[in-house]
Amino acid sequence: MRSSIAARDAPASGNAPPLLELRSLTKRFADPKQGARTVVEGFDLELRPGEFCALIGPTGCGKSTVLSMIAGLERPSGGIILADGAELTGTDPRTGFVFQNDAVFPWKTVLGNVAAGPRFRGAGRHEAGDRALDWIRRVGLSGFEQHYPHQLSGGMRKRVALAQTFVNHPRILLMDEPFSGLDAQTRQIMAGELLGLWEALGASVLFVTHDLEEAIALADRVVVLTARPATVKEEFVVDLPRPRSPREIRFHPRFVELHEEIWSSLSGEVQIAYDRATTVI
Amino acid sequence: MVPVIQIAILVALLGAWQLAVDTKSISEFFFGSPTGTFRELYEWIRRGTVQGPLWQQAWVTLQETLIGFGIGVVLGVLLGMVLGRIPLLARIFNVYIGTLNSVPRIVLGSVFIIWFGLGMGSKIALAVVLVFFTVFFNAFQGARDVDAGLIANAKILGAGRASVLLNVVLPSAFSWIIASLRVAFGLAITGAVVGEILGATQGLGLLIQQSQGNFDPDGVYAGLVVTTLLAAVAEGLITLLERRLLRWKPRGRPSPAPAT
Repeated sequence: MRSSIAARDAPASGNAPPLLELRSLTKRFADPKQGARTVVEGFDLELRPGEFCALIGPTGCGKSTVLSMIAGLERPSGGIILADGAELTGTDPRTGFVFQNDAVFPWKTVLGNVAAGPRFRGAGRHEAGDRALDWIRRVGLSGFEQHYPHQLSGGMRKRVALAQTFVNHPRILLMDEPFSGLDAQTRQIMAGELLGLWEALGASVLFVTHDLEEAIALADRVVVLTARPATVKEEFVVDLPRPRSPREIRFHPRFVELHEEIWSSLSGEVQIAYDRATTVI
Repeated sequence: MVPVIQIAILVALLGAWQLAVDTKSISEFFFGSPTGTFRELYEWIRRGTVQGPLWQQAWVTLQETLIGFGIGVVLGVLLGMVLGRIPLLARIFNVYIGTLNSVPRIVLGSVFIIWFGLGMGSKIALAVVLVFFTVFFNAFQGARDVDAGLIANAKILGAGRASVLLNVVLPSAFSWIIASLRVAFGLAITGAVVGEILGATQGLGLLIQQSQGNFDPDGVYAGLVVTTLLAAVAEGLITLLERRLLRWKPRGRPSPAPAT
């Protein structure tokens, strides 16, 4: 855990070699009307160990596709993904993924859900159970081990999803608008807890969102993406102090400045996406 | 209150029937009567039927039903899952299964009696055929209906192909399969009894068929009552199984409709 804290003292400073590297990543989908539809094009990004990086862009710009490719769920049409300098193909034990929708298994109890990862990776029933119980406690779900997901609230199911992912100790944590389905208050609470868990885990996070405040409150670096096809438009280092409280940091004068700066970069792309969405083709 | 009314309605209907027979409004010879049916049942239980003890006849039918049900369910689930998960196979076999499904399957009973004789084999075969299609279509639909997000999540958590099948596809398809079991068991009994009516040496169907031959409506009803009892007990057991296996489901949410 020490090393991860050291790494975070100098976020995005460029001393540490990248943990994850995307080089001119491209994704095209076959489209019966236009032949091919390019969703991601020439996407370059580096993620340093222990860094919390937020990807922000207009809705439908292809942010999720970038994450799917890193997770190995979709094959890139071009470019490569490197993890620790070696090419990443398919799903990898180093990555964890927290989905936008509930992806917990409805037929497993909370305990079964959290223990699933270690079980899939070959841990014995006992060991997996112990590790799961530890994470259930850490996300504050003690006492709900034998509950089924449908008996829990949206926020609690999200905690199950976090524990399910964290129990595998991912070094690269991919999060695809994980809190978008929650109400505003629960969202803030979950963001705070995510920061706490992340500080303990020391993983590198790639956090996709379309909520600028959430991005600034959480991340060391905010990467603004263009409207479809997604490419990196601009990067902003978030030089706000840590540890942070996502609720209070919003009142920091620097937060307001950053919000202003990043929004001026983002708003153009949002406008393009909006115009496209409202234009009849 | 509701059960009281339900029982009252039943008593009223049986009473009206009995009254109609007693006042000679309808012919007892053709339509039988409730008391006659109970008398027949009582005789079967006390002295046994012309084919031997009642329990033995019921046991033969039950065996045919259970074996046919078991084989039909296993085949239906296996094939449904395989074709549901492998689109190419589904495309190839689609036309065969569609055609076979539109064959009036009860008629196959005659074919099976020629093939397998008057013993239990032909009845089991008929029950298998009836059960198979019901379960197959549900398992097929269930295997295709699996949430892609859950499969993605399982893969990232480290699941291999077998783990995905066991931990995601199978439980997900289960709610579909179980919804079909209830209907399938009814069909298994139908298969066994119809098979026996078409030609057999033992069983409840034969009992019904012989009563029909003797122009004994009460005997037919009595056979029906025993068959219905078997079906009702089985239905209760399947409900228990359903509760146990689908514990994770919120109550009150309608389960997928069985494809029959």
